[in-house]
Amino acid sequence: MTKEEIKAAVLRALGEVAPEADLTSLAPDIGLRDQLDLDSMDILNFVVGLHAALGVDIPESDYPKLGTLDGCVDYLAAARP
Amino acid sequence: MPILTADMSAGTLVTWRKKVGDAVKRGDIIAEVETDKGLIDVEVFTGGTIERILVQPGAMVPTGAVLAIIREEAGILPAPPPTISSPPTPAPAAAGRATQAPPQIPTAPGRQRISPLARKLASDLGIDLATLSGTGPGGVIRREDIEHAAAARMDAAPKEQRPSLDRSARFRQAIGAAMARSKREVPHYYLSTTIDMQPALAWLAEENLKQSVTDRLLYGVLLIKAVALGLREVPELNSVWRGAEAVPSPAIHVGVAISLRGGGLVAPALHDTDRRSLTELMQSFSDLVRRARSGGLRSSELSDPTITVTSLGEQGVESVFGIIYPPQVAIVGFGKIVQRPWSVGGEVVSRSVITATLSADHRVSDGHRGGLFLASVDRLLQDPARL
Repeated sequence: MTKEEIKAAVLRALGEVAPEADLTSLAPDIGLRDQLDLDSMDILNFVVGLHAALGVDIPESDYPKLGTLDGCVDYLAAARP
Repeated sequence: MPILTADMSAGTLVTWRKKVGDAVKRGDIIAEVETDKGLIDVEVFTGGTIERILVQPGAMVPTGAVLAIIREEAGILPAPPPTISSPPTPAPAAAGRATQAPPQIPTAPGRQRISPLARKLASDLGIDLATLSGTGPGGVIRREDIEHAAAARMDAAPKEQRPSLDRSARFRQAIGAAMARSKREVPHYYLSTTIDMQPALAWLAEENLKQSVTDRLLYGVLLIKAVALGLREVPELNSVWRGAEAVPSPAIHVGVAISLRGGGLVAPALHDTDRRSLTELMQSFSDLVRRARSGGLRSSELSDPTITVTSLGEQGVESVFGIIYPPQVAIVGFGKIVQRPWSVGGEVVSRSVITATLSADHRVSDGHRGGLFLASVDRLLQDPARL
């Protein structure tokens, strides 16, 4: 899976938790929480969505690595089985 | 049109889920209404058969308006109400329930000729019998006469105009009105305490390691459960204000404040919060958040909370003193978990702590009891495995 494909999966998962957001204007290096006004329930649902889409089981201790779009893609590219 | 929240004055009927002739039982969803809180599924609180629908989709009607008439299954009709000369009380309809406590109905002097069924229906719908002429034999008032009167009243009622405000502005207006009334009428007192969250967070991290990603818990659920169990020790905080007195609630239904995308908030109930496991509460909480933001909350979830828990920790706020949401008599607030110097065994260490607050109604409790409540929440959170 390429990084572009992972990015697309990340955006789909974000779209599920923040359906009103314009994800095309998402800055890749700025915190997702701030850009999308996510709370901890959103983050949990985002992680569940990534798990369903990519098969990656993300421990809570790694949540900070998912802070930005770029961070998500890098983390998942390395963690994906 | 049920009164779902203290700040609701009207709603728009979007669609009927049932039709005339359908049998319904308690808890069935009968209609969808659009309110400033979003699309709400309206449940019925009695069983029977839908006999008549009085409000059509698209109509905006005030709370208390009768939406439909449900004929209860054959049973014993109540005795005719006493003759009282006060004006009728509008039926406080819950999903158009036609079997509410009978309002006081004035009657014309002398014995009125009316069938028992029609008398009961008039009582249910708040129809003044003195204004009716019966169309039955000898001028007997029949059921149809009552129904025609109810329909005519609905037609004659001034139609509430949708304000020319967008939804966000109407939302703010409604919340503002309810909160202003609360601050004006409810004598609030405020308490706060700082709670060591280290044991709860350590226990939670360990538990979540054992769980699949779909079964993980959020620390907010521990806070909610601790509040619910704390209410068992100070039950007067789990009351509702009715008329001129506090009425203890037989069950603990914690309302959880959920921010809505695009602004505003809603605080639906986690029913029987104190009696459910953390896993069950987490599933219900997740479901509530999803439905609060996408539509589909049930009317009972909005009308049943007996206390509210609000948290602004996600926004970086360290403490929040809420305004009580009538008819509730208390609201509990939680702020952000922060690292603070903390004394443990005589040594100062860095600990994760949270500020818990209580805003409570002084007509119902005082600072001493409120303090005991916050102390119990603190104590419960020090032993999270028992929550």
